[in-house]
Amino acid sequence: MSEGLRQSALTDLDGLRARHPQMFEAPLKNGAPTIGVALLLVALFILGVVRLEVTPLQILNGLGQLGTFVQFMLPPMAKSWAQAWLFLQALAETVAIALLGTLLAATFAFPFGFLSARNATINRVVQFISRRFLDSIRGVDTLIWALIWVNVVGLGPFAGVLAIMTADVGSFGKIFSEAIEAADRKPVEGIVASGGSRLHEIRFGLIPQVLPVMLGQILYFFESNTRSATIIGIVGAGGIGLHLSEQIRTLEWQSVSFIVLMILVLVAIIDFLSGQLRFAIIGNRSTAV
Amino acid sequence: MTAIPVLPEAQLAPLKRAYADARAAKLRQGALFAAALVLAILVAGRVAEVDLARMGANIGGFFSYFSRIFVFDSGSGALQGQPVFVDIREWFWGFRKWLRLLGDTLLIAYVGTIIGATLGFLLCFSATRNLVSNPWARGLAKRMLEFCRTVPEIVFALIFVIAFGLGPLPGVLALAIHTLGTLGKQFSEVVENIDMKPVEGAIASGGSWVQMVRFAVVPQVLSNFLSYMLLRFEINVRGASIMGFVGAGGIGQDLIEAIRKFYYTDVSAILLMIIATVMLVDMLSANLRHRILGREERR
Repeated sequence: MSEGLRQSALTDLDGLRARHPQMFEAPLKNGAPTIGVALLLVALFILGVVRLEVTPLQILNGLGQLGTFVQFMLPPMAKSWAQAWLFLQALAETVAIALLGTLLAATFAFPFGFLSARNATINRVVQFISRRFLDSIRGVDTLIWALIWVNVVGLGPFAGVLAIMTADVGSFGKIFSEAIEAADRKPVEGIVASGGSRLHEIRFGLIPQVLPVMLGQILYFFESNTRSATIIGIVGAGGIGLHLSEQIRTLEWQSVSFIVLMILVLVAIIDFLSGQLRFAIIGNRSTAV
Repeated sequence: MTAIPVLPEAQLAPLKRAYADARAAKLRQGALFAAALVLAILVAGRVAEVDLARMGANIGGFFSYFSRIFVFDSGSGALQGQPVFVDIREWFWGFRKWLRLLGDTLLIAYVGTIIGATLGFLLCFSATRNLVSNPWARGLAKRMLEFCRTVPEIVFALIFVIAFGLGPLPGVLALAIHTLGTLGKQFSEVVENIDMKPVEGAIASGGSWVQMVRFAVVPQVLSNFLSYMLLRFEINVRGASIMGFVGAGGIGQDLIEAIRKFYYTDVSAILLMIIATVMLVDMLSANLRHRILGREERR
């Protein structure tokens, strides 16, 4: 029975090939181009290892060193209560920087989100300029912004707030514009049909749809900015990072692990809280755009 | 006569009251939320030493910084005070050196991504709910991945610079560890969403755990894994650009020097090169990702 099926399939092989070409396409893993790409990637990896002077000896030595550091790190603790209190204050500063930076960024990014969205912008030129502007901001890392702001406003947490703000305007603008472009057209059409102006379309047709998505994203960014805010202190822009880099450079390993532990706990708490808040605001809906 | 029947006032009153109550409750909730937010902002503003007057003055300073980095302020006398665009050659005097450093930056990101993704690939299966039933093994893998992605990569870089010495190696390892944490999590989420029928088939026909993963899981998830890897590479290029800040290789070293020493035109030149590179990488990788996922959909 199945022999017969096989025979008939084999006799009509050319016909089958013509009728169902995609079934005869070579699978991904066997194609010669795929093997070529894989070889290229491996070659690039080897080039990288050679060019960056990564040697096994260096790695082994380093790992030995690292092992000793980890031994010194245990148990994690601060040198004194006063120092622990100092770290705790710096941690509070970190959260404050993240909160203000995120809120300011969201405020500034709000209009840019509409300007860069296909369905809400003024015209194509404005949309193009706005998009490129956001892209350029996003290309520069938070730490670079922090350095620049430290140059402009001096050392301290204020520079950190401004750094987080600038870096996030780019990301928020992009995410907001994507949310706006994904919005349902029907409410907007209803407003046009009932004689609403362009601003009415945005205010009553788009904003009610995208606001929950935006709030969810703001919460996500608050979480991730808490992580960024822990490091901007490395260049002097406030927060726990200053103490962390200081303790690492002076090889106070117990304090280092203490600070890292504090950061882990802080991030876990904020993850939990913002998860609850997100649930309260937008319910079970996914925030992914 | 109206089309809508109006209820008598006696029946309507409780409904109206319930509506008013519901509205008031919603308003109260909104006001409470707003008050909490304002309070949080005030406290945060105090802790972070923000004052609006200073901020207003500083916004001006920020923009004047950006106008200053596009004007020659030193070098040969003729160019003093001229905008940088009049002499591109002088502006990008270090083009070759910076290009080489950017190449190093890309390699750091690439090697870091590959190492991290390989480790993440090996680890992700043990952190999934549907393939590992032992909660202890799964919890251990999950906590480890969480640790790797919560500690910022620059902190790892700071520690590794002391252990491994200055140079690109600590940067590569720091990015690799962070990549392991993030990709491991994303990979395991992909694996948790697979179709379980092939897995049952592989187990039913007597395959070992490794064979089951190889023949029933990997073919389902490979294209998603590749797409996540590309996305992570984009992010790691940005991350690698700052590794030089702590002495871990790449363009960051020259950038931090230029910013700290107020070599204004160098700052703009290096920043523009970084932005161009990041945009190029983003475009290429977005293109590749769409192709990989598109190919998967056609099947």
